[in-house]
Amino acid sequence: MSKWHFVTDGFVKNNPTFVLVLGMCPTLATTTSALNGLEMGLATMFVLILSNIVISLIAPMVPDKVRIPVYITVIATFVTVLQLLMQAFTPAAYETLGLFIPLIVVNCIVLGRAEGFANKHGVGESALDGIGVGLGFTVSLTVIGIVREILGSGSLFGWKFIAGDGILAFVMAPGAFLVLGYLMVLFNKYLAKK
Amino acid sequence: MAAASTLKNMALCLTAVCLICSAVVGGAYVVTKDPIAAAARAKTTASIAAVLPEFTGEPEQGSVTVDGVEYPYYKTDTGYAIISATSGFGGVLRLMVGIAGDGTVHNTTVLAHSETPGLGAKCTTDEHFMEQFRGFNPAAKTLSVKKDGGDLDAITASTITSRAYALAVANAVKVYNQLTGGQGNE
Repeated sequence: MSKWHFVTDGFVKNNPTFVLVLGMCPTLATTTSALNGLEMGLATMFVLILSNIVISLIAPMVPDKVRIPVYITVIATFVTVLQLLMQAFTPAAYETLGLFIPLIVVNCIVLGRAEGFANKHGVGESALDGIGVGLGFTVSLTVIGIVREILGSGSLFGWKFIAGDGILAFVMAPGAFLVLGYLMVLFNKYLAKK
Repeated sequence: MAAASTLKNMALCLTAVCLICSAVVGGAYVVTKDPIAAAARAKTTASIAAVLPEFTGEPEQGSVTVDGVEYPYYKTDTGYAIISATSGFGGVLRLMVGIAGDGTVHNTTVLAHSETPGLGAKCTTDEHFMEQFRGFNPAAKTLSVKKDGGDLDAITASTITSRAYALAVANAVKVYNQLTGGQGNE
């Protein structure tokens, strides 16, 4: 058994959006278009991989009673670094995602993987887990974004192929819930078949 | 596996983690400080260039108070680029409004907004809506949406955003009139 399954687990069996149903706040709020979903997913993945690596390294040295504050501090550090990097090099993406970048600190996926996986596994496995869960989150958000953008704006990654307005409800919050719900059904139906 | 949870261990561990994390954040701040400033400058310069006719030389920065509100502006040899903020549907709507030397609006651009995606947020992409402001002569037409008796078509289903946009431009015109002593148009 290779270590490859740590990546695929995060992607399918532990898919953060459709199976674990974690991190719903950015999922619902930032997926108004495919590009926004993709950017949010990548930002979270960046934090997830780095925090998984660092936490798996320091876990043996951290006393149990203070592990949560330590993990949060580590995660917050990476989020702040990411925020500064985005402001400097991708100001447009930083502007669209705005508030949701600092909110990665309290994203249950990141702390969940730190507490549930990284502090019990080695560096390599934790990094792979970070990649897997991060990819799972990114792809899920992008797919939701694609569906919402096609239905709501008649475009894909900003490329417009249907003139006019589309079904506006899909760009707003109710559409986010509908799309998420239907995709969750499809995903779990597929999992149940296997 | 984990170190014992004694007071000494906990204090040491938290102190060490906080020190290292602060150092990392501090380092990142120093490294990104100049690129962030450069990106902000590039955005301002690009916005000024987008809203005013081609100008020469550096824009001159200033600010003026009209009706108790402070408006930052950039003066160039072809007109003024005025930053004007109003409240839209979702929060502050900040525009840069370029007013050419003859008192007409040359162009407008959105600097920051938090309007609803797909509805009010269209104020940054809706060509028909934005086109109305280009070459708008405030002396001949009224800067408000048709629902309010003005001469502007609102964005579909986003009257509040459109009103805020029109108001921001109208305020910028007031600022321009104060800056130039109201000559040229009345």
